[in-house]
Amino acid sequence: MKYADEFRDKEIALGLARTIRAETDPARPYRFMEFCGGHTHAISRYGLEDMLPKNVRMIHGPGCPVCVLPAGRIDMAIRLAERAEIILCVYGDLMRVPGSQGASLLKAKARGADVRMVYSTIDAIRIAEENPEREIVFFAIGFETTTPPTAVMIRLAEKKQLSNFSVFCNHVLTPPAMQNILESPDIRNIGRVEIDGFVGPAHVSTIIGTAPYEFFAEEFGKPVVISGFEPLDMMQAILMLVRQVNEGRHEVENQYSRAVTRDGNLRAKEEVSDIFELRDQFEWRGLGQVPYSGLKLKRTYATYDAEVRFGMNELRVDDNPACECGAILRGVKKPVDCKLFGTVCTPETPMGSCMVSSEGACAAHWTYGRFRDHQQRRAS
Amino acid sequence: MKAYQRKLDIKNGCVDLSHGSGGRAMAQLISGLFHEAFGNEWLARGNDQSAFDVGAGRMVMTTDGYVVSPLFFPGGNIGSLAVHGTVNDIAMAGARPLYLSASFIIEEGFRFADLKTIAESMGEAARAAGVHIITGDTKVVERGKADGLFISTAAVGVVPDGLDLSAENARVGDRVLISGTLGDHGVAIMSKRQNLAFETEIVSDSAALNGLVAGMVEAGGAGIRLMRDPTRGGLAATLNEIAQQSSLGFHLQEEEIPVKPGVAAACELLGLDPLHVANEGKLVAIVAPEVAGAVLAAMRAHPLGRDAADIGEAVADDHHFVQMATSFGGGRIVDWLSGEQLPRIC
Repeated sequence: MKYADEFRDKEIALGLARTIRAETDPARPYRFMEFCGGHTHAISRYGLEDMLPKNVRMIHGPGCPVCVLPAGRIDMAIRLAERAEIILCVYGDLMRVPGSQGASLLKAKARGADVRMVYSTIDAIRIAEENPEREIVFFAIGFETTTPPTAVMIRLAEKKQLSNFSVFCNHVLTPPAMQNILESPDIRNIGRVEIDGFVGPAHVSTIIGTAPYEFFAEEFGKPVVISGFEPLDMMQAILMLVRQVNEGRHEVENQYSRAVTRDGNLRAKEEVSDIFELRDQFEWRGLGQVPYSGLKLKRTYATYDAEVRFGMNELRVDDNPACECGAILRGVKKPVDCKLFGTVCTPETPMGSCMVSSEGACAAHWTYGRFRDHQQRRAS
Repeated sequence: MKAYQRKLDIKNGCVDLSHGSGGRAMAQLISGLFHEAFGNEWLARGNDQSAFDVGAGRMVMTTDGYVVSPLFFPGGNIGSLAVHGTVNDIAMAGARPLYLSASFIIEEGFRFADLKTIAESMGEAARAAGVHIITGDTKVVERGKADGLFISTAAVGVVPDGLDLSAENARVGDRVLISGTLGDHGVAIMSKRQNLAFETEIVSDSAALNGLVAGMVEAGGAGIRLMRDPTRGGLAATLNEIAQQSSLGFHLQEEEIPVKPGVAAACELLGLDPLHVANEGKLVAIVAPEVAGAVLAAMRAHPLGRDAADIGEAVADDHHFVQMATSFGGGRIVDWLSGEQLPRIC
């Protein structure tokens, strides 16, 4: 496949693996957090861990928007979808995300709620045009990458004068979550886990650029390397991080220069800031309340804001107390350290956020990597 | 005396509730449309069942239901798919499929012209596979109670002497053979879904595999442990099932698994794994290592096995994992698909 195989070349990968091995200092650990679920997925799917030295450990961060969506927001969406006049349009991977007490949009649909899977925001607009007598709500979710399409959709709805269309906004921001992780007591005060550097987001950075990460590199003294989602991108980014650590540098470097600039996509950023504003705080499954980490529609666009339009009440649901997702997302624990992992919590019956989507740390380990646990046990 | 006053208006007409009521309209639909398309001596006798001679040896029987959406897709339609899928279930026992039944649940308002096309595809697929559709049933339900047309089938076949293919037969050291490229059917269907339509030249691989199987059985005999057609859930589901049933694991080589570039690209775009995508004209065979070469050669000699490949081996593994060396150089599990990748693919 053109433009994909080039970034999956085995020989180049083996060469990079040799260089990483040669340049790492066996006497010290290298602990890098990849923020994005896309990176987590690539690591697992291509088996990158097998190609890295034992002292290079990848910590899977909270960068999967489906995974970090709190159960309360799912419950809110289910309540909305149960109203007879509403058609709720969602991306497919949201269908199975657990709300409280085992509820999900998939189950709500089976009981008669009109929940429709869409592949793009345009589908939702089309459904609104085809069903003028119904209320169409788009379940908007995602990091900075998916926010501009939602903005475009609202513009389009405005232009088409659609009066039956609104958005249930769950868009979240990357930098506040990274900051939240670095400031958590586990990491900052207790020092239970060290993070030696970050593999920075790929698609998110195409929008926001590399500049927003400069603060982390400076404030927390951690190197950040923006990396593409292809496996060779990741290998190269890891090598760049290793070099920064070895040389005692903590800079923002851009491995993904074929798509990411320092300033990002100005047009997209402008559209987003025209339509959205920051929430004071937003709940992340596994991390709790994170200040200024979520977006909502500005008051001038309230007519497109489903939360206003339908008077939706904020619902809060506690996570299962045995669930270790919070610690796993901060790199303090590994999936296998959780009692629920692989017993009651599997991709078929996810209990916590990390098992929800294939990009979550637990789901990726379960789906692609759990054979290694048995290999390790045999070896020890 | 003519049995029916007016001919069916195939071009403009459609099925209504009277076509399922047991009256003259139903008789006319059955004889005018289905018998015509399936054309054989058993149906011509017009009984509620068909009698046939039972040959020597063991028989196999299977049943299947078809609810695919859309009904027409690149490379086939629900009718050809129903025949191919049913024939393949029989063929996976190494058996020679003989007779099929077909029952139609039709939503009122369904166009005769579409029904005729579908029935003719079934007749054609059956003739090409050397099987006969010898009994059937027609029901009509109100609008909104079925999505156009559902077909359910059954079939019987005979197993050659000395052959006993079964899922628990795989042994450590056996080779894993597949008959060709993966994911064609699933991608062809997806490309036509209303909310997902995209341009691709990929057509469904829907095909009857009994001819291919006959050649394999001749080449490998009892050295063929078992065969499966990797339909819903794809190759991943099929190998995980076999690993469980035979209490072993598999080691695959990603580099050896054939996937068409168009399928790989569509999967890339949609975030799917080709190993989870459905096939309707492919088989997986687990064969003893000593006959693997001969069976693979027999597969490649058949048009439906041109791209056949040896993709890995059965290994001892208490956890029954299907593991794969990735083309990138790492290792990973090939797990079952979680949840539904795409509903109503067949």
